[in-house]
Amino acid sequence: MNVKKWLCFILLSALALSLEAKLVHVAVAANFSNTMKSLVKEFEKTSDYQIVLSFGSSGKFYAQIKQGAPYELFFSADQAKPDALEKDGLVIENSRFTYAIGRLAVWSNRPNFANKIKTKLKEGTFNKLAIANPKLAPYGAASLQVLSHLGLTDDTQAKWVRGENVAQAYQFVSSGNADLGFIALSQLLGRNKMQQGSYWLVPRIMHHPIKQDAVLLRSAEKSQGAQVFLDFIHTTKAQNIIAEYGYLMSNRLNTEQGI
Amino acid sequence: MSLSDGDIATIWLTLRLATTVTVLLLIFATPVAWWLARTMSWFKGPLSAIVALPLVLPPTVLGFYLLLAMGPNGAIGQFTQSLGLGTLPFTFWGLVVASMVYSLPFVVQPIQNAIEAIGNRPIEAAATLGAGPIDRFFTVVLPLAKPGFMTATILGFAHTVGEFGIVLMIGGSIPGETRVVSVQIYDHVESLEYAQAHALSGVMIIFSFVVLLLLYTFQRKGKAVGMTYGR
Repeated sequence: MNVKKWLCFILLSALALSLEAKLVHVAVAANFSNTMKSLVKEFEKTSDYQIVLSFGSSGKFYAQIKQGAPYELFFSADQAKPDALEKDGLVIENSRFTYAIGRLAVWSNRPNFANKIKTKLKEGTFNKLAIANPKLAPYGAASLQVLSHLGLTDDTQAKWVRGENVAQAYQFVSSGNADLGFIALSQLLGRNKMQQGSYWLVPRIMHHPIKQDAVLLRSAEKSQGAQVFLDFIHTTKAQNIIAEYGYLMSNRLNTEQGI
Repeated sequence: MSLSDGDIATIWLTLRLATTVTVLLLIFATPVAWWLARTMSWFKGPLSAIVALPLVLPPTVLGFYLLLAMGPNGAIGQFTQSLGLGTLPFTFWGLVVASMVYSLPFVVQPIQNAIEAIGNRPIEAAATLGAGPIDRFFTVVLPLAKPGFMTATILGFAHTVGEFGIVLMIGGSIPGETRVVSVQIYDHVESLEYAQAHALSGVMIIFSFVVLLLLYTFQRKGKAVGMTYGR
């Protein structure tokens, strides 16, 4: 009886281990979470590999990866963290690439409020302007470039409220605490999302492209799964999903004209 | 590795916030603790539970609901707007209110325990000697419950200094208004400025250690002079 129990246990553990081998751990910047969930859903339809997603801020992931976190892929919200990891030697060489380019929008949760946005910003007929912290979030840095491009930095500065990231800028606006906010277009688009209020899509020429880079990490050397998933990200199907969520693709940058 | 002007501004703001919150909480929590310690009412249980509730929710979640409640469409927001005060998020006083909610159990409970430990006898004895209720509170309860008040002050202050999640949610990181030390350290870490993060954290830890050491030393001396009556 005891022997049987042990055999069962060993068999089950072996099974668990073989399943484990099919798991791919991926760290994803919070702003890309909805898009990534759709991508993974599509990927797992045809693949045996299972993608285990962790969402969070890129800065925290950087610190965790440096301390040996078991992620095989890292989709950052910027280029700085993958770049730093590369310099730290924690990245598989030449694996870094731009998987998405973010679009900025100025959003209000009230209908028509984002119309004639430049006049509104100039005259200050709003209570607060939410932006992602420019020091932390590429979307925040781009927001400041837009304001400076419009010559509105000084006019609006007193009304800025900074969120830790675009997700928080979104919360400030959606909860009605800020009339206007610079957020990611991807937060407004995407599948099954109800459009609320009004927004102004910021023309691309007003800020540096918000490039989001991904890297294959050293821990991916042992397994194939991470590479298989990366190959999927490069397929047209995956690229279309990413575009659907309001991101630009790096290879389409030159062909697509500004809106 | 030195502190920037921005770092120093966050330290002053944090001290101002923690002091304001601690003083207001002592004023507000003492009657609550007094009532909880002395009452026989059925409402003691529910009120104790309400006081302890801020411990249950994670601070960022609590902050999120405060953001909604204090916003223009929330109950507190509607109330402050009707008073002509505007809304509280993104202001210093918004942080004060939120911190008071967050630190409430840490101030009420030590005071409540200390008053309960005194028991009825000293208070009744004072009453027979002709001391009025206010006199009894200041000359009997306050000296006897002093260790409890000290603990409440220390916990309330330290807890507010260390507060992060709520401030992150409702603060908006406005320099000199809502950007406190914990948020500044977090910003440094997130932007990979680890040296600045270490410096600021180091200063805060040393400062807090010194303050706590002084308070505890002071408290020990108080006890040694004979403050342990009734305990």
